[in-house]
Amino acid sequence: MERKSQSQRKKKSHQKELLLQGNEAVVEGALRAGCRFFAGYPITPATEISEILSIKLPQVDGTFIQMEDEIASLGAVIGASLAGVKSMTATSGPGFSLMQENLGFAIIAEVPCVIVNVMRGGPSTGLPTSPSQSDVMQARWGTHGDHPIIVLSASTVRECYDMTIQSFNLSEKFRTPVILLIDEVVAHMREKMVLSDGEGVEIFDRVKPTVPPEWYIPYEDTPSGIPAMANFGEGYRYHVTGLTHDIRGFPTSRPDEIGPFIARLHRKISQHFSEIQMAEFFQTEDAEITIVAYGCVARSAKRAVVEAREKGLKVGLLRLVTIWPFMRSAVEKVLQISKILLVPEMNMGQISREVKRVNRGVSRVFTLNKVDGTIITPEEILNRIEEVS
Amino acid sequence: MAEVTKLIHKYLRHDKKFPHVWCPGCGIGIMLGGLIRAIDRIGYEKDEVVLVSGIGCSGRLPVYVDFNTLHTTHGRALTFATGVKLAKPSLKVIVIMGDGDAVAIGGNHFIHAARRNIDVTAIILNNSIYGMTGGQYSPTTPYGMRSSTTIYSNIEQAFKISELAVTAGAVFVGRGTVYHAKLLDSLMEKAILKEGFSVVEVIAHCHTQYGRQNRLGTAVEMMEWQSENAVAVEKAATMKPEELRNKIVIGVLVDKELPVYQDEYKKIRERAKTTVGR
Repeated sequence: MERKSQSQRKKKSHQKELLLQGNEAVVEGALRAGCRFFAGYPITPATEISEILSIKLPQVDGTFIQMEDEIASLGAVIGASLAGVKSMTATSGPGFSLMQENLGFAIIAEVPCVIVNVMRGGPSTGLPTSPSQSDVMQARWGTHGDHPIIVLSASTVRECYDMTIQSFNLSEKFRTPVILLIDEVVAHMREKMVLSDGEGVEIFDRVKPTVPPEWYIPYEDTPSGIPAMANFGEGYRYHVTGLTHDIRGFPTSRPDEIGPFIARLHRKISQHFSEIQMAEFFQTEDAEITIVAYGCVARSAKRAVVEAREKGLKVGLLRLVTIWPFMRSAVEKVLQISKILLVPEMNMGQISREVKRVNRGVSRVFTLNKVDGTIITPEEILNRIEEVS
Repeated sequence: MAEVTKLIHKYLRHDKKFPHVWCPGCGIGIMLGGLIRAIDRIGYEKDEVVLVSGIGCSGRLPVYVDFNTLHTTHGRALTFATGVKLAKPSLKVIVIMGDGDAVAIGGNHFIHAARRNIDVTAIILNNSIYGMTGGQYSPTTPYGMRSSTTIYSNIEQAFKISELAVTAGAVFVGRGTVYHAKLLDSLMEKAILKEGFSVVEVIAHCHTQYGRQNRLGTAVEMMEWQSENAVAVEKAATMKPEELRNKIVIGVLVDKELPVYQDEYKKIRERAKTTVGR
């Protein structure tokens, strides 16, 4: 993704070295992005995000509220966003399941908001204190109906900060909920992070209508596919509904209105792939074997690449930062170089299915799946490389 | 111009494709009329009113009126309303729900909104049935009655919505019927003006589903039943419990003062800014 730094936001930077946890970095990123409303429900391993925001949000005239469950949490977040305040919630697997209902609402009503899911082992209550990457498909398809979704991930504490800001920016820009998937390891790990006060971080705010209220069409199709968004109480009275609606927001059952509406929901994401999709290519230029990884596993994978290179094996890493929409182009790029792809994941093979789908038999795709609540180590990846090469 | 015509011109959405979804004879229209009259008497600007609803026949109400309107997911209207109110406390937030919406799927949100004393008004149309989906029994369907899913008889006890609201801590609770339209107007006005979580339970008929399945007659006959069985709260205080069985107690059940959430939260913000560390 192209990162522009706006000169007016660039002040003389004041560098701060911090030792932060991933969850703490999420909080710092959220506040930097302009988040001023959080509603959540206690759940391990995401709880620190709630606890710290309950202290920090009132200090900046923001609002923190602990709701009665995760359904209510996302409902309150959507309500606050409609009133014009950047809003988020944070949860883990079981809570994320409960949020699927209102996630669909935010998609169809095009309400910006951010959901951080600190993944733990499942199904059900599963492994509350152990890491996992098993919500990749739930993030994609958890809510019913055909829908696009933006899902980002983070491998480092610094990236928790950056990707929380990105999540807010993308949600405001595309009027859609954005999910940030991190795992228990990244969320609870402490790393040094250098934060500069005046750092040229671009902050994007939703585009508001500039036309007179009587001309405002809240769900109008535009070349970008993204209509301007009026906040409640600012003179543009309109209807927001979870029913399939026409361009004015009123429920419709006319096929000639439904089809174009659902198509636009998808198009507003698909025609902006280049702005959404982020990945890191690490030593892939000459790689005979490329590892495709994300989240905490990508850390082990990077180590494995270094160690494999020391042994004379040409191994590279494609690290996915954007999980959904799936980075087909990035995978196609490494498929042109590598005859073997290895996808290590802390699930039974959720992203490897996508890699195989893109591969269509061109190269050989191998998996390494671990679901016992422990991380995949560099040694395990190296061993698997030796097995498949 | 007649008063009602003025209100129609001022508050109904002219760009909305009428007709509305409600059956001829439905009580929701009386509730909507009362709501519009109450807002008009109070004198709120249309821009400062947010009307939030859930799913069901009553959930369709906001789409017809010219406010900021939000038609949410089933049972969750109060959670969205909580977010709107806390994010922008200057907005007047009114929530419209049905009985299934408010106390079945949304029961948890209902008691917690009341407990927190969020400054929103919940107007609940209680017609003892799920109307839109075809007349299945709801948590307010009385024991022994028939519905699409209790063909043999309802064996569950019914919730009393107003009493539930009182117990959960609502600072204003009023109950009316669509027959007693003037009382309903005044209850809604009082509830909207009340600071804190206020509830108006509107007893209404669903002649299409509940009435038909239990052979209770036409809409008019069901409204006559409301007239015959309603007891003013003042009179009810002088009656014995057995005399009040199957009666509808109408009027203001609770009107008390408790700290309002957003006022308390302002104090938290002040404290957060002056407290160093924990």
